[in-house]
Amino acid sequence: MSIPQLLVHSPHDNVGVVVVEDLKAGTDMLCVITENNSTFSLTVLDDVPIGHKVALVDLSIGDTAIKYGEDIGKIVANVAKGHHVHTQNLKTKRW
Amino acid sequence: MSELKMTGWRRENGRVGVRNHVVILPLDDLSNAACEAVANNIKGTMAIPHAYGRLQFGEDLEVHFRTLIGTGSNPNVAAVIVIGIEPSWTGRVVDGIRKTGKPVDGFWIEQHGDINTIAAASRKAKELVQWASELPREPVAVEDLWISTKCGESDTTTGLASCPTVGNMYDKWIPRGIYGIFGETSEITGAEHLARKRAISPEIEDKWYKMWKAYQDDVIEAHKTDDLSDSQPTKGNILGGLTTIEEKAMGNLEKIGHNCKFIDALQPAEAPARGPGLYYMDTSSAAAECVTLMAAAGYVIHTFPTGQGNVIGNSVVPVIKITGNPRTVRTMPEHVDLDVSGILRREMTIDQAGDALIANIVRTANGRLTAAEALGHREFSMTKLYRSA
Repeated sequence: MSIPQLLVHSPHDNVGVVVVEDLKAGTDMLCVITENNSTFSLTVLDDVPIGHKVALVDLSIGDTAIKYGEDIGKIVANVAKGHHVHTQNLKTKRW
Repeated sequence: MSELKMTGWRRENGRVGVRNHVVILPLDDLSNAACEAVANNIKGTMAIPHAYGRLQFGEDLEVHFRTLIGTGSNPNVAAVIVIGIEPSWTGRVVDGIRKTGKPVDGFWIEQHGDINTIAAASRKAKELVQWASELPREPVAVEDLWISTKCGESDTTTGLASCPTVGNMYDKWIPRGIYGIFGETSEITGAEHLARKRAISPEIEDKWYKMWKAYQDDVIEAHKTDDLSDSQPTKGNILGGLTTIEEKAMGNLEKIGHNCKFIDALQPAEAPARGPGLYYMDTSSAAAECVTLMAAAGYVIHTFPTGQGNVIGNSVVPVIKITGNPRTVRTMPEHVDLDVSGILRREMTIDQAGDALIANIVRTANGRLTAAEALGHREFSMTKLYRSA
């Protein structure tokens, strides 16, 4: 298998993790879901650093971000599929 | 399996250590200077300076004593010199360590001064280090090992690679009879619904949940000035791509694998007492505080997944650093004991990474210095529950 640019924990997730350095906007990423080894492709629309997340679908304010098949927080600014998900649009539901 | 041939020191109480330290242990902050002078005089001994030990009371004092007595009692320690400002509390630490059967002696500074205390303690330390230097290694078994875990400077790669690597090791070795332990109470938040399901019984689940809830109510709610988004996740976590505590907690919990249940929920620095298996300890998520408490509970090897590159070590326990982040491997390789970045490239499976960690633990037990040991990282941080009187 080629080296993937994005790993996704669970088929239920709506965000994935960039696992290569210097990923540039416009790259057609090979994405792997680690739970079942299935693959898909997605075009990343921002320069996203290694370890940072990318939206797998369009996410709207009030949506729940899902990773590991679990709730990891709420979307606080709309973010379209392929864009960077981080503190600018995702926030904890705790504390 | 020849790779599993291990040697260590079987101590007077039957526990097995993988290091053979002679420790010069201060009771209190005032005694650090004398301890460091003794360690400077007598080669092969190690002082463990720390910040506290005066005017503590209640449970905070109990944690202090458990931590000092537990550190001296750790099987990686062959013998101990305790130095305090006065005889009473010094004697309490000496008596606590003596229960293991190992050589321990106490000295106090009042009525003697630093110079006479240092001279007397140095003569005793020389005797102990020469004795310890002749203790032979002997064959030990997997089930003799107590292996702790706590991660630090996590990022999203820890949840994908280095934490599942430790989890795989526990899934393989807890059934073999080792003692395991995890903690980090604040960092379970967001995954507490999953963590509580990993308790062995409803009784332990209840005990654990009360521990976690008490931290939320008595510490976070009582003292927070914001939503903790500037502290947990840390700035390093956020740089690495972790956004929320829920996300961080999910990755953290990967360290305990998929099959093990925890059989007790321990107080800080409390020694496990329910036999082999996985334990939980109520600890801070700050690396040095957590590893210090686990070492004080008797764990002899620590497995430490990191994403962005935490550099921590410990005074008495070798800390094995595991990372799956290829940038960390590239930029700070001197801190990495095990590179599992192949998992991200899909060149290495979690199962293979777990086997590689087991091989690294065996080499570490047999004497290979960890990166933290070679670099001189000896972090020892007391947990303080509240202000001293």
